[in-house]
Amino acid sequence: MSIDSLIILIYVLVLASYLGFELIAKVPPTLHTPLMSGSNAISGITIVGALLACNELGYTTLSKWMGMIALILATINVVGGYAVTDRMLKMFKK
Amino acid sequence: MNITIQLLYLFSSVLFIIGIKMMNKTKDARAGNLLSSVGMLIAIIATLMQIEVISMVEIFICIIIGSLIGLYYAYKVEMTQIPEMVALFNGFGGLASVAVAISDYWLKSQITEANIDIIILVSIILSVFIGGITFTGSMVAFLKLNGRITGSPITFKGQHPLNLVMLISFILASVATWMNPSDINFMIVLVLISLLLGILTVIPIGGADMPVVISLLNSYSGMAACTTGFILNNNVLIVAGALVGASGIILTQIMCKAMNRSLVNVLLGGFGQTIAGEQTEGPSIIVKEVGVEEAAMLFDGASSVIVVPGYGMAVAQAQHVIRELMEQCEKRNISFKFAIHPVAGRMPGHMNVLLAEANISYDKLIEMDEINNEFSNTDLVFIVGANDVVNPAAETNPQSPIFGMPILNAYKAKTIIVSKRSMGKGYAGVENELFGYPNCLMLFGDAKQTIAKVVSEIKEL
Repeated sequence: MSIDSLIILIYVLVLASYLGFELIAKVPPTLHTPLMSGSNAISGITIVGALLACNELGYTTLSKWMGMIALILATINVVGGYAVTDRMLKMFKK
Repeated sequence: MNITIQLLYLFSSVLFIIGIKMMNKTKDARAGNLLSSVGMLIAIIATLMQIEVISMVEIFICIIIGSLIGLYYAYKVEMTQIPEMVALFNGFGGLASVAVAISDYWLKSQITEANIDIIILVSIILSVFIGGITFTGSMVAFLKLNGRITGSPITFKGQHPLNLVMLISFILASVATWMNPSDINFMIVLVLISLLLGILTVIPIGGADMPVVISLLNSYSGMAACTTGFILNNNVLIVAGALVGASGIILTQIMCKAMNRSLVNVLLGGFGQTIAGEQTEGPSIIVKEVGVEEAAMLFDGASSVIVVPGYGMAVAQAQHVIRELMEQCEKRNISFKFAIHPVAGRMPGHMNVLLAEANISYDKLIEMDEINNEFSNTDLVFIVGANDVVNPAAETNPQSPIFGMPILNAYKAKTIIVSKRSMGKGYAGVENELFGYPNCLMLFGDAKQTIAKVVSEIKEL
């Protein structure tokens, strides 16, 4: 990886973190539990890395097996996280 | 890099951001969560476009297995157990990051035999470190929350020096990996140290501090996703990871502030032990009991009621009878509200979910800062399963371990009724002097049963 692409990634990291702080500070305390389980689902974005790792050649390589393990775990995180958040938010009524 | 794929990643990042933005309003939150999940789907589709067709079979098998497990948990879990589930899923996210990092390391160091770029190698090491700590730390938090290991802090002599030694060894092993990338022994050491550090850093933290710990681990799982983004040179992972990282940090701060503790103080742990040491044999508290009939009359005679719910309410599954109590009071034009302390429950906002489950409208749930001035004008405060968050010792007794913690000013009300199983102590293990106050009455017994009796008494009045 070149230094240039690293700098771009750091830019994205810094700006996204700032945006995250701004947005999340405004979430009302009532929603903090769904916020946490929902952001938990978002952290399952590692699924992208897991899918790419599954693309490696041959079943005999550790790379492939690690990719498949990561894929199962990240999918649990994503699917379970969004589903339970939806289940909770459905109960919030006025 | 294919432009379509990159644009899809950008689109999915935007959906994550809008999804979180929509969480700012309770009525939009559900749509926001849906939008965020669409963002995830788009990121997955964009990634699948880069995958060889030949790998698709096993990918779909893994996705189906993961989805089934995820859905099973999501629909089976009780609302009281949400903190455990979040801890468990945080752990899975951390372990997934470790697995992706090892996969990439193995590919580059053992298969293609290419020299690993230093930036990638550092990202891999960081991913193993953060992901490993997130995984085992979350597992310990999970086991503590569901009571399979003790909630009290586990400390031993030399704990902090040991952590320091581990950290230094980690740095040394990192340097060794950098000098000798193809030697997998060093990588194994890195993985093992990270896993051990996760356990060692969470075991000394007491059960009462678990809301802080899960918030912090939530933040770590986001950071782990970020490091994966650096390994793969992928922006969507960094944006999503940063959002989660920020969310976890903000919630951690809120929790620390609500307990008047610094994060360092929480992480060093041993909270319960300092209390055991300081416990003095003060004058024991003399309490006044109240029966269900009298309690019913007090409700009937009040014009305003504030309920202070705590985790004990959820354990007793009393939230539904409290809704019945609310309905009875509202029929009699008695104002009925709930006062929610930020650390009530086992994770941030937990009490709100538990009350929402009992069909209690969210506009009746009032935050601490908003409701604290109202207690002095309130006829009746009903405390159910809450303890430390209403203990006036936090304001009056500098010796108390919870001194300085912001509390709900329940003691200012005209009359207080406390529903409690017995005279046990709160989660922090502290005696509550409120129970001895002249305006405080104890309603002993299982919350669900006694409140149900109170409700039927009120109906007869």
